[in-house]
Amino acid sequence: MQQLISFIRKELYHIWRDKKTMFILLGMPIVQIIIFGFALTNEVKNIKFAVLDNAKDNASQRLITALDASEYFDVTAVLQQPKAIEQAFKNGSIKMALVIPQAFEQELLHTNKAQIQCITDASDPNVANTIINYTNAIVSSYQQELQQQPLPYTIEITNRMLYNPQLKGAYNFVPGVMAMVLLLVCTMMTAITIVKEKETGTMEIMLVSPLQPLKIVVGKAIPYLALSIVNIISILLLSVFVLEVPINGSLALLVGESILFILVSLALGLLISASAASQQAAMFVSLVGMFLPTIMLSGFMFPIENMPKPLQIVSNIVPAKWYFIIVKNVMIKGVGFEAVWKETLILTGMFFFFLTMAIRKFKIRLA
Amino acid sequence: MRTLLFILQKEFKQIFRDPAILRLIFLMPVIQLIVLPQAADYEMKNINIAITNRDNSQYSQQLIQKITASGYFNLVTYNQSYNTSMQYIETDAADVILEISSQFEQHLIKENKADLFIAINAINGVKGSLGSAYLRSIIQDYNQQIRNELLQQPRMNMVPVIEVVPMNWFNPQMNYKFFMVPGILVLLLTMIGANLTALNIVREKEIGTIEQINVTPIKKHHFILGKLIPFWVLGFVIITIGFAIAKLVYGIVPIGSFITIYIFAAVYLLAVLGLGLLISTYAATQQQAMLISFFLLMIFILLGGLYTSIESMPLWAQYITKLNPVAYFIEVMRMVVLKGSSLSDIIPQLLSILGFAVILNSWAIYSYKKRS
Repeated sequence: MQQLISFIRKELYHIWRDKKTMFILLGMPIVQIIIFGFALTNEVKNIKFAVLDNAKDNASQRLITALDASEYFDVTAVLQQPKAIEQAFKNGSIKMALVIPQAFEQELLHTNKAQIQCITDASDPNVANTIINYTNAIVSSYQQELQQQPLPYTIEITNRMLYNPQLKGAYNFVPGVMAMVLLLVCTMMTAITIVKEKETGTMEIMLVSPLQPLKIVVGKAIPYLALSIVNIISILLLSVFVLEVPINGSLALLVGESILFILVSLALGLLISASAASQQAAMFVSLVGMFLPTIMLSGFMFPIENMPKPLQIVSNIVPAKWYFIIVKNVMIKGVGFEAVWKETLILTGMFFFFLTMAIRKFKIRLA
Repeated sequence: MRTLLFILQKEFKQIFRDPAILRLIFLMPVIQLIVLPQAADYEMKNINIAITNRDNSQYSQQLIQKITASGYFNLVTYNQSYNTSMQYIETDAADVILEISSQFEQHLIKENKADLFIAINAINGVKGSLGSAYLRSIIQDYNQQIRNELLQQPRMNMVPVIEVVPMNWFNPQMNYKFFMVPGILVLLLTMIGANLTALNIVREKEIGTIEQINVTPIKKHHFILGKLIPFWVLGFVIITIGFAIAKLVYGIVPIGSFITIYIFAAVYLLAVLGLGLLISTYAATQQQAMLISFFLLMIFILLGGLYTSIESMPLWAQYITKLNPVAYFIEVMRMVVLKGSSLSDIIPQLLSILGFAVILNSWAIYSYKKRS
């Protein structure tokens, strides 16, 4: 025990001595949470669109105004001929072009039926889909304005948006960004600790000391655990007071789960560090290797149930996925431990797996 | 010129001497490019629905039949109590509840009006509103069907109907992979380039070999160029491999010309590598260099317009993206690969990136001090 404590003290000195790095480690998550918490949203707003109005009558004008007045659309160009549409798309100035046929109003008045064409830039299919949905919604509410008497046999639908009635992007993205930032920062912290000692040659001194691998590995993790707990506190404070995402469930449970997740990430970093040959390789694996998979497979950017089956299975090995589910449930739904015990168990399993592997990979002989 | 050649020789030797890193540099983008684009599907399917039916009439059965047959919804529980359904939502087993009140059919026929209640998990706001829009449109269809049955002679077009005919240009099948694959290639290229160069000079500082270079007559710009060119070449190899995968695995061939892409990529790589070198000259340890490049890369990538659209960001974040090289390349990729834009269409982006390249590299040369 005495050994372990002195070893932890040594590690603390290392961290404390390098003020610049410590400042980055503590400041970075704060800046990231603020930037991404505000900037990331999968809503689509202020879509620039062009109008090719062949009718130029009352009804067409009112329709265009209805679109332009919504927060989703902004008319930026009025085109005169079909040819101009392609050019506008190509230089990227619009995302949608609305084509209104000749005699739009007459058709509508006489046959009660008219068509408009909504051309989207489907080079981003997700945005294109959303644009069509919005256009449909606005056009159908315009239709209802035209409708005078109430219809018989109407099913009235009441709609309730659970947990997030204002449909704020932050409710989904803040837990996601929390998972991502904690995982990557914690993994990167420990990913170089062991391999750095190898590179600078101080590893030899440690190996001839009576410290066992378990103690070395654990001793490396504990100071960073302390740093990460400071991070999680600042992240939670920012989420609640700056980003206005509530903590509906138990705070103790949320902090406990976060510490578990930090332990998983630190252990993963130690595993990378024990297996890597150089600091460069360790960083490469923990940054280039983990960044995009964490963004794309943890479920906050793209819902996992939409993915093809094999990828849904692959997503299970991404630790951030489980933490994201836990945070969403505890923080926003406000449910208790009974709803997240399965995820907690999986994270615990991952922690022991990574830690055991790190200790086994830790070689007590130099190459 | 001769000095530069010698430095280049040294740098190339150093890269090829470490096969572990070399393997990582090539393997990681290949694996990620094959696996990740499949994940990026926003299209809603398999929405899990919990139905609470207190009516048990013919109409309610028909409606449920219609919902499950639509292909979007997956019935996970069918019960009589809202609380039971709510439990499914709480455990994430269901995404949406449809509650049919008792006497639904009677109300509809006798009172001309009946109520339905939808509650949907909206933590992910877009998922919530899309899911409820799908469900509503199925219900409205069904409503129209009933109306036509009940009104013996349906008068055509009682309601004024404006039909929106959607047309999806540049990607008629709405294949999201056409958009994701080139985008992810840009991200991988950026990460690898910035990361490798960010660690490069600082590594020489840490090991101490920088001293030996500092005492030679190598000029500052020779040194920086010597660091830049090998990774620049490496970047081209990665792009080429990336497009080969795009063609072989996904069948994506740019509509515009490869020359346009490569010209832009050439300038882009200079900018990204310059950024890496700049970080490298400032950092004292590899750890610092990595943390700073991680910090910048994360902002560049998440605000690059691939995952969420730039137009919907708050204004200050849109200004940040003006300083984000990744956003320019993703935009250019989209334009050239899917819309077939030519070199003249992308001149504004090209000039901006050229500006980044010049500023970042001159800054790196300036801040690299031969004295410590």
